[in-house]
Amino acid sequence: MPATSRYARDVAVVAFAQSDHRRSSDELSEVEMVMPVLHQVLARTGLKAGEIGFTCSGSSDYLAGRAFSFTMTLDGVGAWPPISESHVEMDGAWALYEAWVKIQTGEADTALVYSYGKSSPGSVRDVLTRQLDPYYLAPLWPDSVALAALQAQALIDGGETDEGALAAVGARSRASAADNPHAQLRGAVPQGDYQVRPLRTGDCPPIGDGAAAVILAAGDTARRLCERPAWITGIDHRIEAHGLGLRDLTDSPSTRIAAEHAGVFERPVDTAELHAPFSSQEVVLRKALRLGEDVVVNPSGGALAANPVMAAGLIRIGEAAARIHRGASDRAVAHATSGPCLQQNLVAVLEGEPA
Amino acid sequence: MTSTGKEPVAVVGIGQTKHVAARHDVSLAGLVREAAARALADAELTWADIDAVVIGKAPDFFEGVMMPELYLADALGAVGKPMLRVHTAGSVGGSTALVASNLVAARVHRTVLTLAFEKQSESNAMWGLSLPVPFQQPLLAGAGGFFAPHVRAYMRRTGAPDSVGSLVAYKDRRNALKNPYAHLHEHDITLERVQASPMLWDPIRYSETCPSSDGACAMVLTDRAGAARSPKPPAWVHGGAMRSEPTLFAGKDFVSPQAGKDCAADVYRQAGITDPRREIDAVEMYVPFSWYEPMWLENLGFAEEGEGWKLTEAGVTELDGDLPVNPSGGVLSTNPIGASGMIRFAEAALQVRGQAGEHQVPGARRALGHAYGGGAQFFAMWLVGAQAPTS
Repeated sequence: MPATSRYARDVAVVAFAQSDHRRSSDELSEVEMVMPVLHQVLARTGLKAGEIGFTCSGSSDYLAGRAFSFTMTLDGVGAWPPISESHVEMDGAWALYEAWVKIQTGEADTALVYSYGKSSPGSVRDVLTRQLDPYYLAPLWPDSVALAALQAQALIDGGETDEGALAAVGARSRASAADNPHAQLRGAVPQGDYQVRPLRTGDCPPIGDGAAAVILAAGDTARRLCERPAWITGIDHRIEAHGLGLRDLTDSPSTRIAAEHAGVFERPVDTAELHAPFSSQEVVLRKALRLGEDVVVNPSGGALAANPVMAAGLIRIGEAAARIHRGASDRAVAHATSGPCLQQNLVAVLEGEPA
Repeated sequence: MTSTGKEPVAVVGIGQTKHVAARHDVSLAGLVREAAARALADAELTWADIDAVVIGKAPDFFEGVMMPELYLADALGAVGKPMLRVHTAGSVGGSTALVASNLVAARVHRTVLTLAFEKQSESNAMWGLSLPVPFQQPLLAGAGGFFAPHVRAYMRRTGAPDSVGSLVAYKDRRNALKNPYAHLHEHDITLERVQASPMLWDPIRYSETCPSSDGACAMVLTDRAGAARSPKPPAWVHGGAMRSEPTLFAGKDFVSPQAGKDCAADVYRQAGITDPRREIDAVEMYVPFSWYEPMWLENLGFAEEGEGWKLTEAGVTELDGDLPVNPSGGVLSTNPIGASGMIRFAEAALQVRGQAGEHQVPGARRALGHAYGGGAQFFAMWLVGAQAPTS
C-alpha cells in the first residue's frame, strides 16, 4: 500500500467493467443493458452478488423517463436474500464515493458500484435543461451545448485556448479511443461543423447509451481479489454556485479544492482520466489539476469518445484503475463532473503498489 | 476494523418547516433553506460550521427539476463543499440521514448537514408516478392502488378485524394536533368520522391515507467533540442500516418483507437491543396507509407474526401506551414524500433529546426511526438514544 493514505482503511478498485457504448440501444431495457456489465465485473473477482458487503448505484429518472427507474435495475443485481444497498441520483462516481465511505466505517469490506444511462430515447440536450434553476433559467431551455459554448468562448476571450487547440483535443481523444473497444467514436473523426459557436461537432460528446460497474475492496480482501489493486489514496468532491453569472467559467475552483483534499498535488501523476464532455472543459481541468504535458490525459478517449450520461464519471475512475491493474500507470488522477459547465467535480487519486 | 473504530455520531440540530398542502410563499430553495436554518439555529451553529451537505428527495418528476442538488447548492450553503444527493424511493429521507451519519462515523467529515424535502404542490405526484413505460407493470392509481391488496392479504392472514385501520388513523391524527409542524390538524376528528370517510382503495379509506405535503426536514450530525459543544442534549446514533430486495419475484412477502426484518435485526444488533418491545420507548414508523402500523409492528419485531393488530387494538401504540408509535402524527398526518423518512428519523431523535414538546413521550431513552419505499422493498432505519454508545 502506498504510504500516503490519509484514511482509516485502505480501499482499492479491484475490478471494472463497462458496456460497449452506442448511439442507440432500442432493443435493450436498462436492466438488459446493465446485467452483462454486472456479471462481468463480478466474474473478474469471483464474487457473487450475495457476497458483496454494500451495493450502490447512480442513475437519473429524467433520462429513463420514469420515476423510481433504479428499482428495475436493482432486480438485475439479484438482491435476494436482501442486500445492503443505496442509490444516488448522480453520476456513478458519487455512488462509488458513498460506497467508499461505507467501507471506511468498517461496516463493509467490499462494494459493488454501478451506473447507467440511456440518452437515445429522448433529446439529451433538452433533458439536461431540466437541471437548471426551475424558475428563471429552465423555462428558457438553454441547452447543454449552448452553455458549454459560453464557457468555451470565455476561455478563448481570456486567451486560454483557441479553436485550433480545441480541435486538437478532440482529435487526440478520438485517436486514443482507437485502442478502446468500448468507445463509441474511434479514430480519425472529422472536426465537423459548428454546433454552437465556437464549438464544432468534434468538440462535443457523442450521444450514447451505456453502463459501467466497479468493485471496491478493503485491505487484504483487495489483495486477494486483484493482483495489483488500484488503491484510492485520496477522494473528494466539491460543488460550486449554480448560477453561471456567479462563476468564472474559465476556472474550476471546486476541482482544485477537491484535488487538494485528495492529495493530487503531493506527488506527480502519470495518467489523468478527465470527465470533460467538451474539449474546452479539458482546458479548464488541466489548469485546475496542474497537469503538465508529460501526463497522459484520457488514454481511453474520454467523454469525447463515449459519454453515457450518469456513467461517464464512473468510467473515468474505472479506466484509471484498469491502467493501474495492468501496470500501465502507478499514480493516476480520475475526475467526474456534474451540472452545467463543470459545476460539481469529484477527484480521486489511484495508486498501484510500487514495483 | 471493528465497530469500536467508528466515530460516535450525534444529532445536535433538527429543523422542520410547517408542513402544508402548498407553500406558495417560498421557492424550492426557500423551503429547504428554512428547514436548514432552523436545524443550524437549534444546534447554535452557522453555515461555516458545516463540512458537507447530504440531500435527499423522492423522484425528480415530483417537482420537475432534474438533480435539484445542483440548483439548491447555493441555498444550502454548499458552495465549495461536498454535496451528495441520495434517492432510494420513499425510504430516501432515512437513507439520506444514514449516508450523512456514515460520513461522520467514517471520520471523513466532522459536522454534516442533511436535509430532505418535497414540494408536491409544484407538480403532481400521481402524474409523476404514472408515466407509462413499455413492458413494465404500471403502478395503477398511484401508491394506494399498489398497497391495498397487501393490506387485504394481511387482514386475511391474521384475521384482524376491519376496525384496526381506523384506530391507527384516529390516533395519528390526534397526535398530530400536538405537533405544531404537522400538516393535518383536524380539530374535529372522531373515530366515527374516520370510519365514515369514503373508501378509496378497499380497505383503505380516505382518512386512513397520507396527505400530499410541501415540507422539508434537516438535521445537523456531528462527532463526539461536536456533541460536547452542543447547547442542547444530543441524540446518539446507536445503530443504522439499509436493506433492499427486488420489486417483484415469486418469493416476495409483501405483507412482511424480508428486507424489513433483516434491516431491523441489523439495527438491533448494532444497538444491543434483544427485546425491542421492552427496550425501545418510542417508534416513528413509516405508515402512509393506516394498516401499515400493525403490519410493521410485526415486521420490526415488536409483535409476533399475526399479533400486531392486537397491540394497536389494545392501545399499546397510543401516545400514552407503553409503545407509542408515531407520537408526531406520522406520515398519515404529514407527507412531503422525500422528507417523510427523515422526519421519522428526526422525530425519533427529538424524543430522546426530550425536545418533542407536547407530543413528547415522557422519559424516552431509546427511539426507532423507520422508513420504507418502492414496492415495500427499500428499508432504512436508525435507533437513537439519549446516552452516548458505550462501544
